[in-house]
Amino acid sequence: MLTFTIRRLVLSIPTLLIIALVIFLLLQLAPGDPMAQVPLTVPPEVKEKMREALGLGQPLHVQFLKWLVQVFWIEPKVFIDWLTRESWLLGWLPDTALYQGELRVISWQTRSPVMDIVVQRLPQTLWVVGMAYVVGILIAIPIGIYSAYRQYSIFDQAGTFVTMIGFSIPPFFTGPLLIVIFSVQLGWFPFIYDTTHVVNDWDSFVYQLRQMIMPVMVLALQTTAQISRFMRASVLDNLNQDYVRTARAKGLSEAVVVMIHVLRNSMIPVITVIALGVPGIFGGAIITEVVFSVNGIGQLLITALFANDLPMVQTLTFIFAVLIVLFNLIADLLYGVLDPRIRYD
Amino acid sequence: MTDPTPDKITPIAALQDTAPLRPPRSQWRDVWDQLKHHKGAMLGGGFLLFVTLAVLFGELIWQLDPKKLDIRNKDIRPIFSAIWDSAAKVDWAHPLGTDNLGRDHLAQILAGGRASMAVGWAAMLLTMLIGTTIGVLAGFFRRLDGPLMRFTDLVLSLPILPLMLVAVTLFRQPLRANFGPETGMFILIVGVIGVTSWMQTARIVRGDILALKEREFVLAARASGTTARNIIFRHLLPNVLSPIMVSATLGLATAIITESALSFLGVGFPSDFPTWGKMLADAVPRMQEFPERVMLPGIMISVTVLSVNYLGDGLRDALDPRIRGR
Amino acid sequence: MKLTTLLMGAAAAFAMAPAAFAERGEDGELSILYWQAPSILTPYLSGGTKDLESSSMIIEPLGRYDEKGNLVPYLAAEIPTVENGGVSEDLTSITWKLKEGLLWSDGTPVTSEDVVFTAEYCMHPEGGCAQLAKFEGVQSVEALDELTVKVTFNEPKPFPYGPFMGAQSPIIQKAQFAECLGPKAPECTEANFGPIGTGPFVVDEFKPNDVIQMSANPHYRDPNKPAFATVTFKGGGDATGAGRAVLETGEFDYAWNLQLAPDVLAKMEAAGKGVLEIGFGTLVERIMLNMTNADPSLPEGERSTAKHPHPFLSDPAVRQALSMAIDRVLLTEVGYGQAGRPTCDLVPAPAIYESGDTSCHEQDIEGAKALLDEAGWVDSDGDGVRDKDGVKLSILYQTSTNAVRQDFQALIKQWWSEIGIETELRNVNASVFFGGDPGSPDTFQKFYADVQMYANNFDGTDPEAYMAAQTCGKAPRPESQWQGENISRICVPEYDEMVAELGRTGDLNERAELVKKLQAMIINDGYMILPLVDRGRVSARSVTLGGVVLNTWDSELWNVADWHRID
Repeated sequence: MLTFTIRRLVLSIPTLLIIALVIFLLLQLAPGDPMAQVPLTVPPEVKEKMREALGLGQPLHVQFLKWLVQVFWIEPKVFIDWLTRESWLLGWLPDTALYQGELRVISWQTRSPVMDIVVQRLPQTLWVVGMAYVVGILIAIPIGIYSAYRQYSIFDQAGTFVTMIGFSIPPFFTGPLLIVIFSVQLGWFPFIYDTTHVVNDWDSFVYQLRQMIMPVMVLALQTTAQISRFMRASVLDNLNQDYVRTARAKGLSEAVVVMIHVLRNSMIPVITVIALGVPGIFGGAIITEVVFSVNGIGQLLITALFANDLPMVQTLTFIFAVLIVLFNLIADLLYGVLDPRIRYD
Repeated sequence: MTDPTPDKITPIAALQDTAPLRPPRSQWRDVWDQLKHHKGAMLGGGFLLFVTLAVLFGELIWQLDPKKLDIRNKDIRPIFSAIWDSAAKVDWAHPLGTDNLGRDHLAQILAGGRASMAVGWAAMLLTMLIGTTIGVLAGFFRRLDGPLMRFTDLVLSLPILPLMLVAVTLFRQPLRANFGPETGMFILIVGVIGVTSWMQTARIVRGDILALKEREFVLAARASGTTARNIIFRHLLPNVLSPIMVSATLGLATAIITESALSFLGVGFPSDFPTWGKMLADAVPRMQEFPERVMLPGIMISVTVLSVNYLGDGLRDALDPRIRGR
Repeated sequence: MKLTTLLMGAAAAFAMAPAAFAERGEDGELSILYWQAPSILTPYLSGGTKDLESSSMIIEPLGRYDEKGNLVPYLAAEIPTVENGGVSEDLTSITWKLKEGLLWSDGTPVTSEDVVFTAEYCMHPEGGCAQLAKFEGVQSVEALDELTVKVTFNEPKPFPYGPFMGAQSPIIQKAQFAECLGPKAPECTEANFGPIGTGPFVVDEFKPNDVIQMSANPHYRDPNKPAFATVTFKGGGDATGAGRAVLETGEFDYAWNLQLAPDVLAKMEAAGKGVLEIGFGTLVERIMLNMTNADPSLPEGERSTAKHPHPFLSDPAVRQALSMAIDRVLLTEVGYGQAGRPTCDLVPAPAIYESGDTSCHEQDIEGAKALLDEAGWVDSDGDGVRDKDGVKLSILYQTSTNAVRQDFQALIKQWWSEIGIETELRNVNASVFFGGDPGSPDTFQKFYADVQMYANNFDGTDPEAYMAAQTCGKAPRPESQWQGENISRICVPEYDEMVAELGRTGDLNERAELVKKLQAMIINDGYMILPLVDRGRVSARSVTLGGVVLNTWDSELWNVADWHRID
C-alpha cells in the first residue's frame, strides 16, 4: 500500500504537468479577450496597448514557462515566508525571507497576486460550500441506508420523491425561490452574503448562520439527492447477498448486519462520488454563489472567465486539478481499506 | 435381504416427464413478468411513453406555432387560474396561457419537450456509454487503469466554459453547414454534455469492477476459461447495473438542465427555440407574478426524471435474479 | 465655496437640502451594491465602468460633467474657457487652476505636480493606460506654479476637456504612485487597491471583485461632508438580486444599473422600499447592417471585408424596408419600459445634436412590402421569402446573450418574416462577442453575420470621435487584426470629407449642424445603422437615501458627498 501510494504520488507530478499544459493550450485556443469588458468607447489602439502591457504578445512557450516558474518556484517561496512569519504553526521559526520581490502570478483584472485573492476567498467558500457538502453527506447517508432497508416503504417513496425533485430543479430556480420566500415575504434571512462579517460572539455567530442558511440549503439539496440515491442503490445490491444471509443466520442483530457488514460493502460507489465532490468544494458553486453574492471561489472563477483573466483561470483550474488527482488517489486507497481484496500492486 | 428386482426400472412420478411440458421461459419474459408487478415502474414507464408521444405528435393536435409572437395576447394566465381569481386574464385559445411576448405556452411545452427529451436522452446515453466503457476497461485491465484514470483526472479538471467556447469556435460552422442550424446545434450540445459528464460514471463503475473482479464467481469464471469479453458482459456488467441506473437517472436531469445553462453561454439552441430548461430559466425573474411559467416546465422536468427513476428501480429489481424469484 | 453652492443647487431639487446643516459622518453607514464587482481602484488600469465608478468616490478629477452634461469644477477653481482666458484663443492650450487649500486624504497638500504626474503616468508608453484616448493630442503638461497647470496640444482642440475631466481621468497622488510608472504599474497592488485621493471617502479595506469598505475622508474639502461615516461597497451577484436587495428587502441603499425587464422592475418597486432613478445619456441600442458579404463560403480573410459588397444589404431599398418593419415603440415598451425611448438617432443627446427625426417610430409593414416590390425583390419561388436574381433575402442576425436582446431578436424576426425576409437568430456569449480576439469568428468586429445588435455610446458630451469612427479607414479587416470601430464597414467618401470638416470647426452650433448632416447621411437617409432604443440608466435607491442625482455623463456616484439619510 505504501509503495503504491508513493508511486502514485510520484506519477502524479508528470500527470499534473500535462494537465497544466492542456489547460494552458485550451485557454489559449478559446476565443476571448481580456479587453471584452472595457467599454466600446475606448478606442482599439488603446486596447492594443493595454494588451501589450499584459504580456499577451509573448510566444506561447515563454508564457507557459513563466507561469510554471511562478507557480512552482515563486509562490511556494511566498508561502514558506508566510508560514515562518505569521502562521501560528511555524511562526516561531526565524523569517526565511525567501521571496525577493520577483513577479508572482498576477491577475489581469486586479493586477494583484492571484494567490492572495484565492486566500481571501477561502473562508466564505469553505463556510458555505464546504458546510453544505458536509450537511448533505450527513443527511444523505442515513436516508440512503434506511430507504434501502425499507424498500418501497412510505419513507422510501417520500425520500425518492423529494430527492429526485430536488435534483431536477436547478439552483438558479431554488435560490431565487428561497429568497422570495424567506427574504422578501418573511424577511427572516439576509440574502446578500456579507464577506466582511467577523464571528466573535454569539450574536455574530447567529448572524453568520442566518446568512449561510439559504445558500447551504440550496447546495445541500443537490448533494443529498445525489449521494442518497447512490447509497440506496448500493445498499439494495448488498442486502440480498449471501454474506448478509450468513450474518443473519449467525444471529447477529440487524443493526450490526446493516451498519457493519452491509454498510462497509456498499461504500465503494459512494466513496467515489464523495471523493469526486470534495475538489468541487474548492471549485465553489458558481450559480449559488452568484445568486446569494457569496463571492467565493466559484464567483472568482466565473468572473475571471468572463473577463478572460487567463492567469487567474489557469491558476484556479490548476489548483482544482491538484485536488482532483489527490482525492482520486485517496478514493483509491479507501477502496483498499473497505475491501482488502482490491490490490493495486 | 434381496428384494426382487423389478423387470423394468420405473422412475418415480416426478421424473416421469419425457420432455418439459411448457417451452422454457426466456429471461426477458421473466423480467417483464416481474416488471409488470412493479407499480412505480409501470407508472413511470406509462408517463414516459405518454410524454414521448405527446411531444412527438402533440403538434398535430395543438397546431399553434410555438415561435409565433402575438404581442396583443401577452401574459395570458392558464385557464385554471380563473378558478381562484375571476379577474385573471384567461383565454380558451391559450389553455396554459402565453408568455411575455405572447407565445402560446402549451405549444412551447410541447416543442420544448421534444428538444429537452431528445437532448436529455441522447446526452445521457452518450455519457453512460463513454463512462461505462472507460470504467470497465480501467477496472478490469490493470494495464489500462493508470492511463485511463489519469485521462479521467485530466478531463475532470478542464474548465468547462473555455472548453465549450473552443467547441463552438471549432465545430459550429461545419455542423451548421452540414446539418442546418438546429440539428447542428443539437449534435454540438449533446456532444459537449456527453464529453464533459462521463467521468463520475467512469470512476464509479471502475470502483465497483475493482471490487467485483476479485470475487469468487469471477475467479470461477476465469478458471473455467471464460474469455475476458464474456466475463465483462455476463458477470461484471449485470452486477454494476444499479449504480449505472442511478447515474443515468441523475444524468438525464443534469443534461436537461445543462442544456438551458448552455444557452446562457451562447452555446445553446437559437434563442427563439424553446426547451424546458430555457423556459424555466427565462421565467425565474417573474416567478412571483406568473408562477405557472416556472411551475409547468419545472414539473415536466421533475416528473420525467422521477419516471425514469422509478422505471430504473423497477428494471433493476426485475433484472436481479435474487429478487426476481420472490 | 462656489462648488458647494453649485452642488447644493442640484441636490436641492431632489431633497430640501437638510444636508446643509448636517455634520460629517452623522448618518452612519451607506451600503451600495454593484452587481459587477470592482476589481481595481485605478481607472487608468481598467476601463470597466464598475471600476471607474467605485474609484470616483475616492479620487477626483479637476472637473466633472453634471447630470445635464455641463462642466462643473471639482478640484479646479473654475472651468477654463476661451471667455475667462483659461483656453488659449487658438485652442491649442488649456490652463487649469486648482482650488486653494486642497489636501490629500493623508493630509498632504494637492499641488500641480500631482496633476502633471497623473498625465505622465497615463501617457507612459509601456503602461497600457486604459484612458490614453483622453490624453490624445497632448503635447505637454507643465506646472506653471503650485496651483496652475498648462496642457498644450499638438493642434487646435475645439473640445480641450479630455485630460483631467470626468471619472475616466482623476488626479492621483504623485508621492504614492511615483514608483508605479509604466511597466511597474501593475505591481503596485497596494496603491492600486487603496489610492490616496481627495474624494469624500477613503479605502479601509479592498477585497478585489468582492467588497470595498470605506470611511469618510477626514481631510475632505467640505468640513460638513460626507454625511455618511462609512460605506460598504458590495459587488457581485446579479441584477435581479441587486434590485431585490434595494427595492424589496431594503438590505442595501443603492443598486447600480438594473438591466431588468420593465414589468419585473415595476413589480419590485411596488414593494415600496425603494425608488428607481432613471437618466438618459447617449447609449443607443442599434442594429448594425453589414455592408460587406459575410458568406461562410468565401475564403477566410475575405469574409466581411470591402472585397465583397453585401449581396442585398447594399441595396438601400432593402435597408429601408428592414427599418420600416420594426416597431420601435413596442420594442421599447417590451424591453426597457420607462428606461428607454424609441429613437431614430445615433446621437440622441445632448440636445443640440438631436435631429428631432421621429419618422421611424411608426411601423409600416405595408410600406416596407411596397418598397421591396418596387425594388424588384419578390417571392418568385413561392417559399415565402423574397428573392431577386437568385439571391434570397435570408439574414443571419447575431447579438450578445442577454434576455432583452433575445426578446428583441424574436420580435424583429417576426416582423421581418411578415415582409418576406427570413431570419436566423444567433446569440454569442458577451465576453466573446465584445472581445477582440482575432481568432474567434464570433466577435462583433469580425461581423460574420448579416446584421447584429448591441448598444454603444460615447464618452462625455462631444460626438466628434464617435462620428469619425464610421469612416472608411476604420473598418475592421484582417490587416488591422480585425480591430476598428466602423463595424458596419460604411464607406461613403462624402461622409469622410465631412468628418474632416468637423475636426476643423470650432463653433459649437456649426459642429452640431455638421453632426446632424453626418447622421442623416448614414442613418436617417442611409439606413446603414438602425437605431432602435435610446437606453436610459436605471438605478435604485432606498427611500431613506437622499441627495441622489443620477448622472449618465459621469460617474453615478459623482455627488456621493451630498448623499444623506432622510426619514
